[in-house]
Amino acid sequence: MAAVMPPPPLTTRPTATVTEAPRAQPGRTGMWIAIATISMSFAALTSAMVVRQSGAPDWRHFHLPSILYANTAVLLISSLTLEWARRRSAAALSVTLGLGLLFVAGQITAWRELSAQGLFLATAASSSFFYVFTALHGLHVMGGLGAVGYLLQRRLVAGRVAPTTFAATALYWHFMAVLWLYLLVLLVARV
Amino acid sequence: MTAPAHVHAAPPQSFLRKYVFSVDHKVIGRQYLDLALVAVVTGMVLSWIMRFHLGFPDTAIPGLGKVAPTGAAGGVITPEYYLELMTMHGTIMVFFVLTTAPFAGFGNYVLPLQVGAEDMAFPRINMMSFWVTLLAFLVLVAAFFIGDGPPLSGWTAYAPLSAVGKDAGPGQGMGQTLWAFSIAIFCIAQLLGALNFIATTLDLRTRGMSLARLPYSTWAWFITAVIALIAFAVLMPACILLILDRVAGTSFFIPAGLVLSDRLQPHAGGSPLLWQHLFWFFGHPEVYVAILPGFGIVSHILPVFTRKPLLGPRVFIACLIAIAFLSYTVWGHHMFLSGMNPFSATLFSVPTLVITIPATIITLLWIGTIYGGRLRFTAASLFALGFVSVFVSGGISGFFLAQPSTDIYLHGTYFVVAHFHFVMGVAAMFGIFAGTYFWFPKLFGRFMNETLGKWHFWLTLIGVYCIFMPMHYLGLAGNVRRYSAFTDDYLKPLIPLHRFITIAALFTGAVQLIFLFNLFRSRFRGAKAPDNPWEATTLEWSTSSPPPVDNFGGRHPVVTHGPNEYGVNDGRGRDYIMQAAD
Ligand code: HEM
Ligand SMILES: [Cu+2]
Repeated sequence: MAAVMPPPPLTTRPTATVTEAPRAQPGRTGMWIAIATISMSFAALTSAMVVRQSGAPDWRHFHLPSILYANTAVLLISSLTLEWARRRSAAALSVTLGLGLLFVAGQITAWRELSAQGLFLATAASSSFFYVFTALHGLHVMGGLGAVGYLLQRRLVAGRVAPTTFAATALYWHFMAVLWLYLLVLLVARV
Repeated sequence: MTAPAHVHAAPPQSFLRKYVFSVDHKVIGRQYLDLALVAVVTGMVLSWIMRFHLGFPDTAIPGLGKVAPTGAAGGVITPEYYLELMTMHGTIMVFFVLTTAPFAGFGNYVLPLQVGAEDMAFPRINMMSFWVTLLAFLVLVAAFFIGDGPPLSGWTAYAPLSAVGKDAGPGQGMGQTLWAFSIAIFCIAQLLGALNFIATTLDLRTRGMSLARLPYSTWAWFITAVIALIAFAVLMPACILLILDRVAGTSFFIPAGLVLSDRLQPHAGGSPLLWQHLFWFFGHPEVYVAILPGFGIVSHILPVFTRKPLLGPRVFIACLIAIAFLSYTVWGHHMFLSGMNPFSATLFSVPTLVITIPATIITLLWIGTIYGGRLRFTAASLFALGFVSVFVSGGISGFFLAQPSTDIYLHGTYFVVAHFHFVMGVAAMFGIFAGTYFWFPKLFGRFMNETLGKWHFWLTLIGVYCIFMPMHYLGLAGNVRRYSAFTDDYLKPLIPLHRFITIAALFTGAVQLIFLFNLFRSRFRGAKAPDNPWEATTLEWSTSSPPPVDNFGGRHPVVTHGPNEYGVNDGRGRDYIMQAAD
């Protein structure tokens, strides 16, 4: 086929133009991408919960342990202290780290309260989802704590933290708080 | 995430850092390709055993009895073992070949070069993504050696069979658990990879590389990464729920009153359909993860070998984006037979038909690009042309499957096997082959042998058509899929056709030895290649072959032209202008 076609005429040389390179902030971009992914995972679990709840008559409602509300307050405050830490205070970073650990401890306490009532992972679909949601969120929080710990170590050892590193960590940590608020509302409404 | 790409001041010295635990995207890309090669050979051997059994059900395969004493005592495989082979074949091919080679492998190697970056945005995360993928592969393959063999619930792992454990059959104990872990681990790896692809494309483009000037292959990898990011983010929690059902006694997917192996399963209230929804919400986008890099490779290669710009570049990109969006609205077309009400079936059928529009437009753009071009026939361009052929052949059967009324008949038959092998399996493989012949000179500074490459192409093309075309007929004749033998009266007349397919499959497999030979020989003996042997425009060709550790030897290429400047007069007697001219 190609042989019978006349070769296309050569057009003249297009002129060269140059645009600026994008302002590179891969840390921030990467963090937003991570946030999008994590949100998608929790959205999938949410839809799974809705389907599972409406699909069978065996859904069992139970009272959420009230310590969850205290934990929520702790996590929100830790977001604030991280903002204070932005202005180079190592103390505020340590407080954030402490509050984060307190949140994790609080969540574990909530689990213990539930299991004391006989509600385990496999007891009912509602408790299954409760444990899955809180455990996955908790794991992500612990990842964030690792990052906050790294910031603290940098600030104590090297004296400074790269602002982009701080910004990416802060973004993640605030997202953890937002995600938890969402999960709390979901659990209050459904469980 | 916190450590963006830094300048490689000094290249890494130790062997381990340089070749094994390397953060260099080029090494990682090659590691992915090597892994895919191991995986594809494994997957192909499994398919030979299956095909042999289908064609010659009573003939023993010498030596197989020793390898699988329970599954194939005396060398003839049992129905259960057939399903185990099928499951491993599908899982290995879809995840560890069709995802790792065209997306993670070539994408890793070429994308940073094409945008003019020194490396991926997060090199260490990139390295991790490869090693996590390898771990996933090892966990999956371990199922052959641990417990009572691999799982038998297919690459889709439908619940409740996949969720209940040992009682569901051989391999459904440890084997299925390993499967679920493997896939969950694989999800993590691909999420890390996709993150890098997106951040690198958005943030590390060199001066002058506006989005409008991105090469089409990079566009395709970028959009694939966006699809993968969402798809794997859904499959991962689904796998976690599956694992919990299996090991922790929860009931996400297992309904009440299920009796298996004469035992009432201690679960209640779960929804098997929930797994199907989650899986296919991932699964349909996943087929585009497998094929869109091929779209990109073909669109990248055709202009080079027709010496003509790609027709309608903006339309092409718009169609890619449309496919990405639509791919999330069609998953239910895999579930027409699940008892879905006809109204929902229509809701899934319509977007399925709509998604064929951008796919068709892209095919027409390719044909328009070829039309009137000055074709240079090389192994790479032949495989690109072959890609168009098999993609169209496979795509057409999609129209029949997209409509519930015809799909209800065809769903469980070989018609579907023909459809997805053409449109995904063979097409993506052709994309991989085209990419291999095309980029090999960049990777190793040597050509692959063209004569062997052309033989490889023609024999493979004939082979795959002989294998998969007759399967449409088998399907229309009612031949069910996922069966190990066809003993029913209405199926017996089809056995000669099965025999033909088996012979074609063994033949096509043997032809791949030409490719393997060429691949290994050319690596050391191939003719030396210049930096830009195909007279292409994109940035990967404006550096040495293979490129230095930092890709451009300390230079930062400045891009002055789009990727599509073929068939132009550059004023110096060449018919193309490189993106970073001079
Ligand atoms: C032309 C557009 C397409 C249409 C209308 C279409 C439609 C369908 C439908 C309705 C099914 C379900 C059949 C059934 O199970 O009963 C199906 C199966 C499948 N399609 Fe497509 N498809 C198209 C393109 C593709 C592409 C581009 C790929 C991959 C690159 C692909 C890969 C698959 C796979 C892997 C399956 C089978 C999954 C399984 O059951 O294991 N399809 N297709
Ligand atoms: Cu689909």
